[in-house]
Amino acid sequence: MTVLAQQIVLGLLLGGLYGLAAAGLSLVFGVLKVLNVAHGELIMLGGYGAYWLFALLGLDPFASLLLVIPGSLLLGALLFLVLFGFVVRAPEETRIKNSLLVGFGLALALHALAVRLFTADDRSISTGYGGAVITVGPIAIPVIRLASLLVALALIAGLHLLLARWRWGKAIRATAEDWQAALLTGIDIRRAYLLAFALGTALAGAAGTLVSVGYSISPSIGLEWTLKALIVVVLAGLGSMLGTFAAGLFVGVAEALSAAAFGGPYREVIGLVIFLVVLVLRPQGMFGRAR
Amino acid sequence: MRSPGGNTERAWTLGILLALGLLAFLPLLAPRDDVLNFVFLVLLSITLAQSWNIIAGYAGQVNLGHAAFFGLGALTARTLWIAGTPVVVAMAAGAAVATAFALLIGAAAFRLRGAYFAIGTLALGEILRTTVGNALPEISTLPAASIGAYRLAPRYYLALALAALSVLAVAGLARSRLGLGMVAVREDADAAEATGVSALALKLRALALSTALAGAAGGLFAYYHISYYPAHPFGPGWTFDALLMTFIGGVGTLQGPVLGAVLYVFLKEYLTVRWVDFHLLIFGVLFIAIVLIFPGGLVQAVERARGRIARRSGATT
Repeated sequence: MTVLAQQIVLGLLLGGLYGLAAAGLSLVFGVLKVLNVAHGELIMLGGYGAYWLFALLGLDPFASLLLVIPGSLLLGALLFLVLFGFVVRAPEETRIKNSLLVGFGLALALHALAVRLFTADDRSISTGYGGAVITVGPIAIPVIRLASLLVALALIAGLHLLLARWRWGKAIRATAEDWQAALLTGIDIRRAYLLAFALGTALAGAAGTLVSVGYSISPSIGLEWTLKALIVVVLAGLGSMLGTFAAGLFVGVAEALSAAAFGGPYREVIGLVIFLVVLVLRPQGMFGRAR
Repeated sequence: MRSPGGNTERAWTLGILLALGLLAFLPLLAPRDDVLNFVFLVLLSITLAQSWNIIAGYAGQVNLGHAAFFGLGALTARTLWIAGTPVVVAMAAGAAVATAFALLIGAAAFRLRGAYFAIGTLALGEILRTTVGNALPEISTLPAASIGAYRLAPRYYLALALAALSVLAVAGLARSRLGLGMVAVREDADAAEATGVSALALKLRALALSTALAGAAGGLFAYYHISYYPAHPFGPGWTFDALLMTFIGGVGTLQGPVLGAVLYVFLKEYLTVRWVDFHLLIFGVLFIAIVLIFPGGLVQAVERARGRIARRSGATT
């Protein structure tokens, strides 16, 4: 019983990162109508950014978020200007298909580049406080993962506020809802696209940083995280950042329960099965609007 | 993408089949294992790429879980062949199992349109890979007697036959009612439905043909390798290889996957010694360029160049 509770807690902590990873993807998909399957690679790059800041400069990973997030913002802006900016010129149906393919090419290229630059080894950030644990009754909560969950929640809440209060946040939401109407009201939708993509990449970078300190990274984690993010996005539906976070927690817990029921190796499968079931039966997800 | 059929395609079909025919003499002229292994890889790649081309190029359904069918074919064929079934029967059984699975999930899968079908099949592929990887984690090795009796030649000829079969299948498809129906569904499924074409039936038939070839290719893989992990042919890399080869060569054409496969394998082998996986960086960038600039791949690029040369020399287009 305690073991189960422990697994659920760990699943919850991981789910927070799933939610953060998904939030970036959801933002980009909702606003640009672009499915960036290289999102996992962006997470991977964020993780390596944090890792090298730690390995070369001794910068604490939580502090390095202050560098990784702006860096990822710039990377996202660059990727939009150089690549996805062209994809959004196509009409919606071609756009999604093209973005899938372009994202796929980008993922392949980034993965190969990372292998070349960083080698294929697993990396992880081990800080001095790495092993610290908070004990609540019989449950041990790793401090780093708890801190990661809180950071993830803070970032998502921050994003939510940004979208609600900031002028450009509202412009982004307007573009997501109806880009033609937004255009008619004078919103520069290309700038909205750019901002949304940059923000999405920033969230990915943050998620990557948290993954590198709480878990481990290697050039190959891209596909895995892209799938996790996709699962959460499909489960949550588009339009609600907090809903996405909640769905992330749900997937984390579902994985923990499935591992307990069917054994560790099948942990990944449950998420994918949920994904397929939701995709076929309720495509708008738990919190999305019915199309 | 243009409509299939026509004299160029017929010329290419004959040309490719001729080349394959000539390759049949290779083991006699150059009985070097490294050469034959290399050509084997090209032939296997051609088959895999053509099989993907059918569902994605002609029917327009981007299947990112293609490796699942390759893997199922390999698993079935390997199991049967090691148990004593003649290899051709085992490969056919592999193709049958792959097709059966495809038809089983097809109706549900095709409820998803476009990108959702793509990510849905991606998830499905991963589910199969993980499940097989967990159920059969140990390496599959041929019994010692078989290793001693291993000959490259039969594998080579089977690869040749399968590649020829895949090219013929696509060539036959291009001119048939089935092929035209697929293209109609690819271009505009709703319009096709309005003219009485059943989109679902066509997609299922395209998927069946595509997965049958992929399953057979999987069987070939299982026959060729002395030892491998059962989950390996289920890996997404196989799907991505097929995708890259088809797109770079020219998706929806007959010669595209063949050209793409040859280029891909050459580049991969050439770069592998010093720059492992670097071929993927090049192909990734090339792929992006193709999606954005030359959706028709090399075939389109060549045709544009020929058009330009013809115009410059004063010929009428």
